[in-house]
Amino acid sequence: MIRFLLKGLFRDKSRSLIPLIVVTIGVMLAVFMNGYVRGLMIDMINKTADISTGHVKVITSAYSDNMDQVPNDLAIINVSSLKKDLEKTFPEMKWVCRINFGGLIDVPDANGETRSQGPGMGIGLDLFSEDTDETERLNLSKSLVRGSLPANPGEVLLSEDFSQKLKVNPGEEITLIGSTMNGGMAIYNFIMSGTVKFGNTGMDRGTVIADIHDVQTALDMYDAAGEILGFSSSGFYDDETATAVKTKFQDTFSSDEGEFAPVMLRLRDQAGMSIFVDLTDSMAAIVMIVFMIAMSLVLWNAGLLGGLRRYGEIGIRLAIGEEKSHVYRTMITESVMIGLAGTIVGTAIGLSLSWLMQTYGLDISEFTKGGTGGIMMPDIIRSKIAPSDFYIGLIPGVLSTMAGTMLSGIGIYKRQTAQLFKELEA
Amino acid sequence: MKSITIILAVFLTTNLSAQTADEILDRVDRNMSSENRIFESAMIIHGRRISRTITSISYSVGDKKSFTEYLSPAREQGTKMLKLEDQLWIYSPSTDRTIQISGHMLRQSVMGSDLSYEDMMEDRKLTDVYDAEVVGSEDIDGRPTWVLELKGNVDDLAYATRKEWIDKERYIPLKEELYAKSGQLLKRSTLNDVVNIEGRWFPTTIVYKDMLKQGDGTEFKITSIKFDQEIPEYIFTKAALKQ
Repeated sequence: MIRFLLKGLFRDKSRSLIPLIVVTIGVMLAVFMNGYVRGLMIDMINKTADISTGHVKVITSAYSDNMDQVPNDLAIINVSSLKKDLEKTFPEMKWVCRINFGGLIDVPDANGETRSQGPGMGIGLDLFSEDTDETERLNLSKSLVRGSLPANPGEVLLSEDFSQKLKVNPGEEITLIGSTMNGGMAIYNFIMSGTVKFGNTGMDRGTVIADIHDVQTALDMYDAAGEILGFSSSGFYDDETATAVKTKFQDTFSSDEGEFAPVMLRLRDQAGMSIFVDLTDSMAAIVMIVFMIAMSLVLWNAGLLGGLRRYGEIGIRLAIGEEKSHVYRTMITESVMIGLAGTIVGTAIGLSLSWLMQTYGLDISEFTKGGTGGIMMPDIIRSKIAPSDFYIGLIPGVLSTMAGTMLSGIGIYKRQTAQLFKELEA
Repeated sequence: MKSITIILAVFLTTNLSAQTADEILDRVDRNMSSENRIFESAMIIHGRRISRTITSISYSVGDKKSFTEYLSPAREQGTKMLKLEDQLWIYSPSTDRTIQISGHMLRQSVMGSDLSYEDMMEDRKLTDVYDAEVVGSEDIDGRPTWVLELKGNVDDLAYATRKEWIDKERYIPLKEELYAKSGQLLKRSTLNDVVNIEGRWFPTTIVYKDMLKQGDGTEFKITSIKFDQEIPEYIFTKAALKQ
């Protein structure tokens, strides 16, 4: 029976070609989109990790309780020693110190008095060490809008919108007014070397990027830092790896239980990030459902057209005594065959495209030059292939073909046997 | 007839207590406010990790002008603050900058203490900006006090309502609770070491506690105070900040 149906499909190309092309294209798009959207989500997660969360983060227990207030009075002290311990225990991870801080940014006039001012948030990171990769991690060169990157101690970057609001230009002096680690008043002068764009409204409104050593001097935080961020060598956040690192950290550093004891948070443990991580995992199901609905509609329509074209053939088959249910079943079997064939071809093409996109990526740096994209926007858009990509196409490919045929094939049951000969004579 | 008597009694009681409250507050203002004063103080800030002491000298004239110079520790030494009307400037010798503090920055903590710039600037007489009502009597550390509820009658107050425990004998507050418009308790302070200076009672130690902040509060100790002194006018100029 199956061989008979296959012969029919091979010999009558008009019966199989269009549905096969539709299924192939649909499955290819589903597989490719699945990898692409996953890659996009992972890019977003990685950008957030690069700027604020890390793949894992080490802070003091007291700091973690009030993390949204950036409590630098509860920062890690003797941070260089702890960082060395982390590097020794987790050599596969890259560890960097960061200080987040808040304060007032004040721009002086010629007399040293306030010309303009506004509240700002700052990130202190290692810009000048020999082995630092923080400039690349934050994509600062590509996000530069005006001026240049800090080249000397005491130079900082401002978000472009903030610099416009303060009416300050590269090369001009700005003053940070904030609190030292011990709660004292911190007033410190910087030179604004340039401006960057983040591509995030909140950060563009008022952010300062400074070298961590300058921030330590300004805030009286010698050998102290608010946070130590850890990044896995793959460059991608992986929940399982992060969990393993956290477990090992708890085993190694659990002897210290005071309020200033170091604790580790995975990216998932930090504000609002768990939903993103979970969404990345469930993205396959969302893409699958959307494509299944769309393809079912297309194939339903293709089935209706096929039904009209095969109106005479089905009429004769019914007239010579073939049961309606048998005709219906053979049509569904045909559709399963086409669905399977289209799924295999579509998955192969979709995976090939995803692999190309994962390996080489789509370089959009030309469009993001001069800070038009911002720090939050990746330069290269990449897909991410996961095991689910190998079978995800099967569901929309086979099920939607079947659903389309089942919907269009209902018409068979509406044919009146008594009318068949009249129809055929006509 | 009976009901009229009750209404009259209630009216008279309310009126009398309102008058009494205003009178109490007026006596408090006479103790706490002055034409001008010079005082030296030590502010002990109790943080989660360490406690710090900051010393300063302050000059003030009425509720419009004040000038503070920080004397120690080394990091804060030479930092000066000038308040003129509702404007505040800070001078930092390490950066040679004169910075105006305005807007929401006025609500920030001064030197990491439980006091905000707004608290430092607020020097108006209580009778000028609050309507008072006596709501009870309590003993604080064995001293009988009136409990007064103060409701702001001007818009630009840092604290819309206050609760004050006023010493019945010396007419000074022994405890204060400061509330936001929403009714949330923002700060609590206790006033101790009351001394009689030049015929007026004055608390020389105040412990402030910002209720929205962790920590053990800030102790503000007045080490010396003089009232009605000759203060040169040039002190209250921006030029004096850099001197």
